[in-house]
Amino acid sequence: MTAPSSAPIVRLRGVDKVFAARDGARTVALQGIDLDIAPGEFVSLIGPSGCGKSTLLRIIGDLVQATTGEVTVNGKPADRARRDRDYGMVFQAPVLFDWRSVEDNVRLPLEILGRDKAWRVERARQMLDLVDLGEFTKHMPYQLSGGMQQRVAIARALSFEPRILLMDEPFGALDEMTRERLNDEVLRIWEQTGTTIVFVTHSIPEAVFLSSRVVVMSPRPGRITKIVDIDLPRPRTDAIRESEAYFARITEVREALRAGGGHAGSGAGGAGGADGSGAGGDAGEAAGVAGTASARRTAAEGAVG
Amino acid sequence: MSAATGVAGGRPSADLRPSPRRARRLVGDYLPAVLVAVAGLVIWELAVRGLNMRAFILPAPTAIASALGTYWNDTRFPVSKAALNTLTEAIGGFAIGTGAGILVALVATRWGVARALLLPIAVAANAIPIIALSPLFNAWFGITNPLSKMMMAAVLSFFPVMANMTRGLSGADPAALELMRSYAASEATILRKLRFPNSLPYLFTALKLASTLSLIGAIVAEYFGGQTAVLGQLVITSISALRFDVTWACITLAAGAGIVFYLLLALAERLVIPWHSSVRDPG
Ligand SMILES: Nc1ncnc2c1ncn2[C@@H]1O[C@H](COP(=O)(O)OP(=O)(O)OP(=O)(O)O)[C@@H](O)[C@H]1O
Ligand SMILES: [Mg+2]
Repeated sequence: MTAPSSAPIVRLRGVDKVFAARDGARTVALQGIDLDIAPGEFVSLIGPSGCGKSTLLRIIGDLVQATTGEVTVNGKPADRARRDRDYGMVFQAPVLFDWRSVEDNVRLPLEILGRDKAWRVERARQMLDLVDLGEFTKHMPYQLSGGMQQRVAIARALSFEPRILLMDEPFGALDEMTRERLNDEVLRIWEQTGTTIVFVTHSIPEAVFLSSRVVVMSPRPGRITKIVDIDLPRPRTDAIRESEAYFARITEVREALRAGGGHAGSGAGGAGGADGSGAGGDAGEAAGVAGTASARRTAAEGAVG
Repeated sequence: MSAATGVAGGRPSADLRPSPRRARRLVGDYLPAVLVAVAGLVIWELAVRGLNMRAFILPAPTAIASALGTYWNDTRFPVSKAALNTLTEAIGGFAIGTGAGILVALVATRWGVARALLLPIAVAANAIPIIALSPLFNAWFGITNPLSKMMMAAVLSFFPVMANMTRGLSGADPAALELMRSYAASEATILRKLRFPNSLPYLFTALKLASTLSLIGAIVAEYFGGQTAVLGQLVITSISALRFDVTWACITLAAGAGIVFYLLLALAERLVIPWHSSVRDPG
């Protein structure tokens, strides 16, 4: 673990997560996770389907509790940090409220946090401009494309200036072109706002392009097998996507994944599906092949590459 | 939540304003139904005349229409007054029943204990053929008191509203609930900003159902006695007087009231939840 020098904003020590099914079957989703994330870092989690990336992200965000271990965020327990509204979440699906216009969706967290009305209006406008949706403030979610909806979700997560942005495969369901554009956008926003981002992805190039560090995880039970430092210069431009150093890092992450038994784009499928002892009958698990990222959640939406 | 449309970066089709195109589509939507209805009436009329049907089997539409005119303000068979009285009972019962249904659903959702207690009882109660209790309601609330009819309409309206509303309130998208949790939103806030709006499409489905049930409840309760200037009583007295055209005039009014009631709710639905896929413009 290459611990960053400044005091970490996220600190995980010996985190295990065991899911116990009703029939007594136990799934060890995470085992012995130690991780420090420095303020302002951009950290990606990558690993085969079912290795516990989402679970780890949700533990940091206090949406599920670790079975054992210590989770400290901003120097306090995770649930305290959640109640202090330190987190912004972006899920794989946009999760917009159908009955709210685009701008009202962005204002939702501000309403809940009790910010005053003028600020809510002003702030929603700023955030929507930031994600290039300034012209669509009055639209309803169903009038937007999938990529636009996801940008609204990002604007919403940023609107209350959370210290930490937790993003779970936010662009998993998008085409390559849109994805690259949104990657640029996320980086721009990250550089402008200075938030810490923890980002789950299945795409090695995406992880390398975005991150300061890439955390590589092994199949169940999820463990951190390697942390790859991405020392590419910033700002990351299109030129970087074609540089030697970029490809070198991609290879490094791929090899780390392969060494850990992950899919690593090598076609070594079945990584997550081998272990049948889990919660059972889970479609995402049954698929278990590289690229079937969270099939259970996206099947209905027309899936991932 | 909102399903991705799949055209990443594409422009939305965003014309929500009323337009001639929209008006034309409305006509296009309803014209076939109107034509079928008119054709049905014509066939009915011709069949009754051609087969020389007796009035106690089925009067012709024109005969029913003329009875409506003749007896509109009649003293023996005051059909318009009866329709008004019955409608009052039905609407009153509808208001009581749906109000109670919404309230119970909110309470049951807000406090899980209440749900655990109430839902099994409600499901069991719903299996009882409540309409069979009609004579009892007359005994409880007074046979000549319109309240006894109203309460029957109310009880019939209550169950679908309560059950559907509870489903809508508790059936919010788990991801949306997680989002609210990430904002550390209170239960009350979640109820107000997520569960309640989410339940509205379910509520309207139930309200439309309840509008029909409340009319049925009121009329059936009237069959068991009470004040005379109501549709249920006029049906009974006109049959014993062999005035079948009046009977059918009453039935026509009941049907008309039911349809108007339903359409008003459908209109309200369009206004209240224009975002929902069941009512929104296909574009
Ligand atoms: N609520 C739950 N109950 C039981 N088991 C669960 C639950 N959530 C996750 N799991 C199990 O924990 C393991 C890790 O799941 P998780 O969703 O974190 O994987 P992931 O790495 O995000 O996978 P993917 O890339 O497919 O999204 C899986 O085996 C899954 O079956
Ligand atoms: Mg996941």
